Amino acid sequence: MNWTIILHAGIASGTVLLFATVGEVLAERAGILNLGLEGMMLIGAMSAYSMAINYGNPWLGLVAGMAAAGLLSLVHGFVSIHLRADQVVSGLSLTFLGTGLSLVFGEGLSKAGAVALLPKFTLPVLSSIPFLGDIFFTNQSVMVYVGFLLAPAAWYYINRTRPGMHMRAVGEYPAAADSMGINVYGVRYLYTCIGGMLAGLAGATISLAVSPGWFSHMTTSGQGWIAVGLTIFAQWDPLRAAAGSYAFGALRRLILDLQGPTKLLLWDNPFYYNPYWGFFLKMIPYAFTIAVLVIGSREAMRKRLGTPAALGVPYTRGQRGV
Amino acid sequence: MPEAVSAVEMRGIVKRFPGVLANDRVDFDLRQGEIHALLGENGAGKSTLMNVLAGLYRPEDGAIWVHGAPVNFRSPRDAIVHGIGMVHQHFMLVPSLTVTENILLGLHEPRFLMQLPAYHKRIAALEERFGLGVAPEAKIWQLSVGEQQRVEVLKMLYRGAEVLVMDEPTAVLAPQEVDELFATLRSMTAEGKSIVLISHKLNEVMAISDRITVLRKGRTAGPPLDTGSTSREALAELMVGRKVLFEISKDIQAPGDLVMSIENVSAENDQGLPALGGVSLQIRSGEILGLAGVAGNGQSELAEVITGLRPCTAGQVTINGKQVSNLPARVAIDANVAHIPMDRTGVGSSPNLSITDNLIMKAYRQRPISKGWSIDGRFARRHATKLKDEYEIIAPSIDTQSRLLSGGNLQRVILAREMSGKPQAIVAVQPTRGLDVGAIEGVQRLLLEQRRAGAAVLLISEELEELLSLADRIAVIYEGEILGIVEDQDQEAVGLMMAGHREIPAKEGERKSG
Repeated sequence: MNWTIILHAGIASGTVLLFATVGEVLAERAGILNLGLEGMMLIGAMSAYSMAINYGNPWLGLVAGMAAAGLLSLVHGFVSIHLRADQVVSGLSLTFLGTGLSLVFGEGLSKAGAVALLPKFTLPVLSSIPFLGDIFFTNQSVMVYVGFLLAPAAWYYINRTRPGMHMRAVGEYPAAADSMGINVYGVRYLYTCIGGMLAGLAGATISLAVSPGWFSHMTTSGQGWIAVGLTIFAQWDPLRAAAGSYAFGALRRLILDLQGPTKLLLWDNPFYYNPYWGFFLKMIPYAFTIAVLVIGSREAMRKRLGTPAALGVPYTRGQRGV
Repeated sequence: MPEAVSAVEMRGIVKRFPGVLANDRVDFDLRQGEIHALLGENGAGKSTLMNVLAGLYRPEDGAIWVHGAPVNFRSPRDAIVHGIGMVHQHFMLVPSLTVTENILLGLHEPRFLMQLPAYHKRIAALEERFGLGVAPEAKIWQLSVGEQQRVEVLKMLYRGAEVLVMDEPTAVLAPQEVDELFATLRSMTAEGKSIVLISHKLNEVMAISDRITVLRKGRTAGPPLDTGSTSREALAELMVGRKVLFEISKDIQAPGDLVMSIENVSAENDQGLPALGGVSLQIRSGEILGLAGVAGNGQSELAEVITGLRPCTAGQVTINGKQVSNLPARVAIDANVAHIPMDRTGVGSSPNLSITDNLIMKAYRQRPISKGWSIDGRFARRHATKLKDEYEIIAPSIDTQSRLLSGGNLQRVILAREMSGKPQAIVAVQPTRGLDVGAIEGVQRLLLEQRRAGAAVLLISEELEELLSLADRIAVIYEGEILGIVEDQDQEAVGLMMAGHREIPAKEGERKSG
């Protein structure tokens, strides 16, 4: 096993999780829980791939993927903001809707042939840093570099700017924000949509950069759910979200590589001799997600983790409290 | 158009909520530089009227003028642009943000980057001008309730409010904090600002206001009164619509044997933090011990330890020598401890059950209501009918679900259940909170009746007046500790201890005990 290769691929694969998780962080900091990430990522991946094939331009694909997922997220926005429905139910429905739509429109796309992908390049200077340069800055997709910039930018936006403060206020105590003249519904729609567009970006990054192609629902293979878990794990902080995403990206790659060699350290590799054991390895990220979701939903834990106080709670003017 | 001298003029305001006419053609006017009290019972429509003025509600009918110009507010932002700011009873502050961030919330400046240090300075300057001390960098959740209220006031002053509406501002404050607040209000009127004070407390209205408008059942009970030319009695009659007796007569009686003994009890709150640190109290038969304190200083935890609803980490509680703490709640029930909880719908009653079921909820295991396995329905109904008459519970029938009852009637159901078992000990937590003047009188009478019958009563209340008129002794709790016990109704000593002062002026020193 080559650690440089594992980490290099892990960063690329983690970029997908990073976009989705940062998007969910933004939506949830404004109080909207969107469990439809998986559906939005699939729509994004499918639209981006389809557009890139039809027009031969991956950048156009990227825009299409973000737009499609952003539109889909507005469905969730309308249902949970204006109609005040249960956000868990609405988010789950969005996953089914997004998955269904992308499978129908994506039918036949997997045999469509070669497509222009987003460019890869090596950053001068930075790539010559020993070890780290090979992992982070050598022959990576443009989206990886976008990811490096996105996480700190999101952190700065949330913690140091006026719109970021308004977003936090809306997610913590919408009645207070409303009484100060902040448009609670408007803010929630905005970040639901931004969260959706970033999920679309994540999907497009899969199909046009990280593991190019359209493999129906296996394109995302549950990464939307991992991003939901990572949002809690990151305690709604974009920088921690980035760290978690890269760690999970590397883990996904490590799991594949673990099944290759005949020997692990000094012992026979059980995953090589028992190919079915690999399924247990592949289960790890999802088992982690379930554990995080269960722990994160406990009331006492929510306070300790710093869950946005109004997360998942519809806002109606004139009702006291959150 | 009305004369231009008024800072605010409201005419014929009508506001409806589903099933309720909250404001029925209400008139109100506020003069420049005055403190105008809006007085009325709970549900009289005071807060609704001011929420209309603050732009939170839109009235169905009526008109508002500000400094003589007609206005039509669509949102609180519109109202504040016209210089009208409201401090709500439930604070509109985001707990995870700092004082400065909360004050800047919703403003157009700063445009994008926050640059907090510069704004900290501006807010500190504003604080100094009006005598409102609070650290601008502190997060809201770190502040006391009194400090949070100051942040609310600052929020409005920073936006240039000329008219400040305060909704029940003293409900959450210790007596000394009330004095500070009133001093701040006076310094604001001295600068020409006008203040509306919503309240249902006659004493504070008489103490601070220049004029008073009384609301009753959504209507004004006559034109505004000058505070100097009216009286508590006259105001109470306007509020309730009939004469009210203020003095509850309490017989002098010597307490009997020790009934409830709380020995060195410590306990944790729901977050697992220490809430009680070594509380010891003794209550004898025929005695009411009042427990004074600002909410959240361990009162509810203490009540729960006594009634077996919360484990204690140290110490014990005994009733007639029998331990009840750290045992199932049934042990306390069997020891004949009555519990009148603060949370009437969550703990005191089961909202979806009938009045009958709620009334037998404690006695259902004993004959004659129980017949071995089953409940004697016919007897239960007779029992419930009897209690309904005796305690004057007003409801269509004994089968009515208790969630359909008004606050006062629900409290009567709970009292009927708890008092009819001839309790040895009573734990009453805020038994009159949120009730009308008339209902309060009834609850207080019942407690005194039980005292006469020889019960040991622990009365936990935030209403100092109530404690002074009912209790034989008053213990003061602060941050989970008993700071002292006052036996001669010294209001000032109680107030100082409620604010956490252990040192009491010399003359009170000798009164401190257990």
